[in-house]
Amino acid sequence: MGNLLRAGVILAAAVVLVGGIFYLIHYGATSPDYRVFRGEPADLRSVSGIFADAIDLRSRGLIQLGLLLLVATPVARVVFSVFAFARQHDLTYVVLTLIVLAVLIYSLVGWHA
Amino acid sequence: MNTLEFTILTGLSSFVAGFLGSLTGLGGGVVIVPLLTLVFGVDIRYAIGASLVSVIATSSGAAAAYVKEGYSNIRIGMFLEIATTIGALAGAAVAARLPASVIAVIFGLVLIYSAYLSGRPREEKISDDPPDRLATLLRMHGSYPTSQGPQHYRVRAVPTGFGLMFVAGMLSGLLGIGSGAVKVLALDRIMRLPFKVSTTTSNFMIGVTAAASASVYLNRGYIDPGLAMPVMLGVLAGSLLGARVLVRAQTRILRIIFSLVIVLLGVQMIYNGLTGRF
Repeated sequence: MGNLLRAGVILAAAVVLVGGIFYLIHYGATSPDYRVFRGEPADLRSVSGIFADAIDLRSRGLIQLGLLLLVATPVARVVFSVFAFARQHDLTYVVLTLIVLAVLIYSLVGWHA
Repeated sequence: MNTLEFTILTGLSSFVAGFLGSLTGLGGGVVIVPLLTLVFGVDIRYAIGASLVSVIATSSGAAAAYVKEGYSNIRIGMFLEIATTIGALAGAAVAARLPASVIAVIFGLVLIYSAYLSGRPREEKISDDPPDRLATLLRMHGSYPTSQGPQHYRVRAVPTGFGLMFVAGMLSGLLGIGSGAVKVLALDRIMRLPFKVSTTTSNFMIGVTAAASASVYLNRGYIDPGLAMPVMLGVLAGSLLGARVLVRAQTRILRIIFSLVIVLLGVQMIYNGLTGRF
């Protein structure tokens, strides 16, 4: 379980770093503007859009993919806990863990947005 | 200032925040939002998005080290995560409807309160009171390894702890922090878990809670890759280094200084929020 978390964080950080290098090569000389909130374009908001951008090797899409992997790391840990409790025949905790997983998936797919 | 310079400066400041946060145990996440908004003039929504991502990174990085040692109580953690994740969703929903100035004022108050909480001495009370019935029903009592063999403990006040965890989750979703201070408060003052168990269980929960909030912020377009990149990498590198130095460092004075910085940032957030600078 500890290794899963560590691997997830390392992988996410590596993808963010590679995307970040591309990003700085591309946009390094432009001037940043975070004073006014505009919100991200639609492709950087959804799981499918992020994957499409990352496959095209667009720098912002790559960073966003790394961030998505980072978000997925604790989610994966919860998925593994479902199996761990199931192996112990601990039905109560299988159900409790599935509730947590359902809330996480609900947040991620964005039906609420 | 161009994007390259901005990235280097925010990355370095995040590194220092992560380093001090892990060295003092106060967490780097709490200073990221004030740092980005007050120093770099970033809109608070982008700042919260970037902060959340860094909270997941440090929590998962630190939790990886603890899970192996058998201190964290996965059952308690998982049960309470129902409260923290639903709270996080509620907090993120509220954040979308509140003006930035109100969020800034709440943020300031939470900063000051967490500095106060961390300044109080933690006392470990092993009580003889009867254990909570819900805790017994859900088989939450546990033990952790010590040099004299396993130390058993009983869990108390589960419903109150659950309620407080909902609040911790809401604050996390509203402000983009890990709310470790509130979680530890619930776990060791209310539910009376031993320190080692409460600290590691809280760390385990922070990542899952922040993942729920971060997903909502991502969908809403609050997470900007160009800003989150240096913040996440900086905080992660800083906190990993801090955890290595921690063993040898004399942290008492550092904790006091860092707490003072947090209080000052809190006052500034409240002032700027009230004077409409957000």
